[in-house]
Amino acid sequence: MTSNWEIVIGLEIHAQLATKSKIFSGASTAYGGEPNTQACLVDLGYPGTLPVLNQQAIEMAIRFGLAVDAEISSRSVFARKNYFYPDLPKGYQISQLDLPIVVGGNMSILDGDGNEKIIGITRAHLEEDAGKSVHEGLDGLSGIDLNRAGTPLLEIVSEPEMSSAKEAVAYMRKIHSIVRYLEISDGNMQEGSFRCDANVSIKRFDQKELGTRAELKNLNSFKFIEKAINHEVMRQIEIIEDGGEVKQETRLYDSDLDETRPMRSKEEANDYRYFPDPDLLPVIIDETYIAYIKETLPELPNAKQQRFIETYSLKISDAEILTATKQLADFYEAVEKIANTESQITANWVIGDYTAALNRDDLEISDAKLSATDLAGLLNKIADQTISGKIAKEVFEAMWIGEGNAEMIIESKGLVQITDDSEIETIIDQVIENNPSQLAEYIGGKDRLFGFFVGQVMKETKGKANPKKVNEILKKKLI
Amino acid sequence: MSLNKEQIKYLAILSRMDIQDSETKDVVDKLSRIVEFVDQLQAVSTEGTEPMAHPLEQGQRLRIDKVTEDNQREKIQLNANETNNGMYLVPKVID
Repeated sequence: MTSNWEIVIGLEIHAQLATKSKIFSGASTAYGGEPNTQACLVDLGYPGTLPVLNQQAIEMAIRFGLAVDAEISSRSVFARKNYFYPDLPKGYQISQLDLPIVVGGNMSILDGDGNEKIIGITRAHLEEDAGKSVHEGLDGLSGIDLNRAGTPLLEIVSEPEMSSAKEAVAYMRKIHSIVRYLEISDGNMQEGSFRCDANVSIKRFDQKELGTRAELKNLNSFKFIEKAINHEVMRQIEIIEDGGEVKQETRLYDSDLDETRPMRSKEEANDYRYFPDPDLLPVIIDETYIAYIKETLPELPNAKQQRFIETYSLKISDAEILTATKQLADFYEAVEKIANTESQITANWVIGDYTAALNRDDLEISDAKLSATDLAGLLNKIADQTISGKIAKEVFEAMWIGEGNAEMIIESKGLVQITDDSEIETIIDQVIENNPSQLAEYIGGKDRLFGFFVGQVMKETKGKANPKKVNEILKKKLI
Repeated sequence: MSLNKEQIKYLAILSRMDIQDSETKDVVDKLSRIVEFVDQLQAVSTEGTEPMAHPLEQGQRLRIDKVTEDNQREKIQLNANETNNGMYLVPKVID
């Protein structure tokens, strides 16, 4: 059904900036405080107060702009976006319209076929967040908590250049990864520090102009974005194929019902009457400042990924996984430095057993008991053939729950690999002697019984015999 | 340019103002005069002039990112009509 249609998606991502204080006041931005304990007179729009811009918010916006190869405006202007809503005390949101701080830029993603695709970034501007409303349990009233009002946001607007829900998710993940590398946002989606609106439209492949778009609001998980966009695309296709027309409107995604529905209010008065905020002067940024910030940028995910591929000869997909967060990339490199296993084997352990254990226990790297040195110690026991890869998994689990380092666990559980030829030979001789009928069948031409003998030897040694040696010696014995 | 009644009604909705029918004509007249004054300004040629965002020829001063405000909820909420568990209560709004 979708094959006749080209899907066009643009994203507006809101990243809460990780400043300590608000964008225009000295109130705290810490998450989870008692309602309205972090909303000061400036945030509440009291008469006689004036906004004073937070220098850190400017610096963070510039860091982002430099990281996506954008132009940093030497002069940018704050404007008032006027609308009435109880969570917006001043009756306007301070935002940027004509002269945003970050202009242009681009981000490379992998498309559905694994090819590189460049997504254009239109702009990124600074603005203040609104408060929060609570509608439940208040006897038909709404409760307003203004702690979030005035928290700095960077709104990152993409070009409409994504052509599937998967691409939109890939782009959003890349931006998420970048803001965390830059340490300008904690990217916490549950707490709403990183959320997005998606503009979705469809058109026939031979059609030049874009179709009418619907805006999907407040998507706050990667899973929901993909589902919401896919759902919206199908809805629009059905409308047009039935001869109807898509209406330009704002829709909310309902994750319980897996559907989008139109927002009821806000529509009639979608006229924000922007004008330059007379309380704020233009922000002037000079070249020296930009150059100074450029110096402090960390290695970014794409550069790191490329370096991992070149330095460690990793698969592209593995390098991408390892560099998705700086924490995981740093962990891998710390292990890689000490471990004598091949880089790809080390990567397999970090991406496989280690990440699986983190996910299973819902832990961050910083919270895990098993350190990079610990894991490298374990891998070195594989490298020097003290244990097999299979036994290593058992040791790993014991290390994970804090039973000690690899050496101690191998020792106490008696897991040292048997590599001594004569010892293995003795065991093989015994296995052959104990299974005369299988031996006869094998000699009679039933080759696959070779595996049976290997299995018996491993069983006899509780998996500790060096598999390579078992194979070698068995082959000689069974000729 | 002068404004008409419909525009005034629309502006009243946007600015949440309750303008009675009996007042509309007066508001139309007065606001139109302001718009006409702006029209006079439009007559000046501004070609080649960069739009000004603020009359002061200065850049914005910045503050250090530091928490300087402490909790004043109790005092501030003396001004609120109704609160519950620290939240301001308002007529139900939901999207």
